[in-house]
Amino acid sequence: MTTLQPPAAAEPRPAPPPARRDRRSWTGWGFLGPFVAVFALVFLAPIAYSLYLSLFRDQLIGGTTFVGFDNYQQAFQDDRFWAALGRVSLFLLVQVPVMLGIALLVALALDSGRLYGRDFFRISVFLPYAVPAVVATLMWGFMYGTRFGLVGDINDALGISLPAPLSPGLMLASLGNIVTWEFVGYNMLIFYSALRVIPHSLYEAAEIDGAGQIRVITAIKLPAIRGALVIATIFSVIGSFQLFNEPSILRPLAPNAITTDYTPNLYTYSLSFNGQQHNYSATVAIVMGLITMVIAYVVQLRGMRKGV
Amino acid sequence: MTSPVVTVPDRSATAPAGASRTAPRLRGPRRRHTPGRPRRSVLLTVLTGLVLLYSLVPLAWLVISATKSQEGLARSFGLWFDGDFALWDNIAETFTYDDGVFTRWLLNTLLYVVVGAGGATFLAVLGGYALAKFDFPGRRAVFAVVIGAVAVPGTALAVPTFLMFSNMGLTNTPWAVIIPSLISPFGLYLMWVFASEAIPAELMEAARIDGAGEARTFFQVALPLLAPGIVTVLLFTMVATWNNYFLPLIMIKDPDWYPLTLGLNSWNAQAQTAGGEPVFHLVVTGSLITILPLIAAFLLLQKYWQSGLAAGSVKE
Repeated sequence: MTTLQPPAAAEPRPAPPPARRDRRSWTGWGFLGPFVAVFALVFLAPIAYSLYLSLFRDQLIGGTTFVGFDNYQQAFQDDRFWAALGRVSLFLLVQVPVMLGIALLVALALDSGRLYGRDFFRISVFLPYAVPAVVATLMWGFMYGTRFGLVGDINDALGISLPAPLSPGLMLASLGNIVTWEFVGYNMLIFYSALRVIPHSLYEAAEIDGAGQIRVITAIKLPAIRGALVIATIFSVIGSFQLFNEPSILRPLAPNAITTDYTPNLYTYSLSFNGQQHNYSATVAIVMGLITMVIAYVVQLRGMRKGV
Repeated sequence: MTSPVVTVPDRSATAPAGASRTAPRLRGPRRRHTPGRPRRSVLLTVLTGLVLLYSLVPLAWLVISATKSQEGLARSFGLWFDGDFALWDNIAETFTYDDGVFTRWLLNTLLYVVVGAGGATFLAVLGGYALAKFDFPGRRAVFAVVIGAVAVPGTALAVPTFLMFSNMGLTNTPWAVIIPSLISPFGLYLMWVFASEAIPAELMEAARIDGAGEARTFFQVALPLLAPGIVTVLLFTMVATWNNYFLPLIMIKDPDWYPLTLGLNSWNAQAQTAGGEPVFHLVVTGSLITILPLIAAFLLLQKYWQSGLAAGSVKE
């Protein structure tokens, strides 16, 4: 989950028109050209290559042969893939609402102006975003430990036996906690930035109407930051489907709980780099990419459609 | 950030519903983002404080643990100090362990960040400026494609990128990490929005009338106005490259080219391998050293990136 998340990118809207239409020329390409060239090399070419790879199969006997959509057929019947997809779907249904809910509550609390030390709150809650996923996962991994970690310390100190966070039953929740910790502050900041630009005249109108705080939140603040909420949801969904770093780093600590096909991304990774099945791996990645895009699109349609 | 300029304290905004209020006050010159000046609430502060604790306790654990020796980590309570204070020894050992490989990883990370994040920011600034201030064939299409590509999973790109780079002989070299880091769709978007707002068209016209070429107009007129946006994009691309794990994981096999993230993970995994020496105290201390520069950058540059982000959300 290292991709940067555009806060408002899903709805490409026209920029203010350039000053004069007669400036329409190729000059702009001089500035945009370098970006597009590198973009083509690291985004478009790999996507095209991936599509190409997915149509072939590399076999011991016969070498590389064109197999049409056989790989896709195999992917759709692949239980390991669907199990992994089910796991990240469950993860996303629980973790994303919890994370965004907390982020929204903190943003509203900051924006209400009723906190002592608001600036300290804002920067502190955001800080975990600056911590690499590797460090965050190693840190939580140590703390999760029941023998030497913080959980173990608490067990010893209180003479109790907390459930082990690294056991198979709790693993998904433990991963959810790590991801929530990493990104709650980032999402909070996106919401808070959106809340800050709400025109003040709306609040004055609400005051005149005698609207209370809750009413101001539901009638003004939430509709006004709908765009930010939808974007945050979309990118959290994408992030959940791409879950890789945290389970991959935690795996050595809990090899029984995190299998090599724990998430779709771990599965494609192990297919490709442990199994040398590049073609099938590319296919699974494409299927996963399509599912992600469809769901992101649905979230966007639903989020934007509801009336204000 | 200073508190909003309010001349008349307004209690009615926090009064219970039903309390009548008098005529609306005159607005001050500055737009305030909350109605009136609400009373501070201890309860709300305490509740939000729970999230604050959640955010900071792991970091406190990291700082405290970095002061412990390998034995101290196992025997003492996680959130309190052990008897012997080993922080300085740990730092020294982190930098000297295994012939100072940590220093090498740190320099690698700096290389990836300076060239990768710096390059990504430069390309995003150029591109965003073009999208905001020029009309040219294919302008809309470029943006739609770039945003659509964000939804493509990292691994869908990783395998084919790895194979491509492998054919080009780029894997196991810094280029394999740097080149993909050069693209930041978020940066492009943010600079587009920022440039639309920050650079008045008249100013560019004036520069052109004065005979400035396009390059000169960009570097001398536009660039200074874009500073807060540039700092924001630079910080976020720095985080992305400094924290990058997946890309170097597939591209780099030679530990000499590891960034810090991969290096720390390899130290941590060392304990699991047969005959490997556990160096958890170094993993913890190295982790602390790894996060300090970014946290410092975010704290010191707060004013810039927060105004940059706020500008980004104007367009939502």
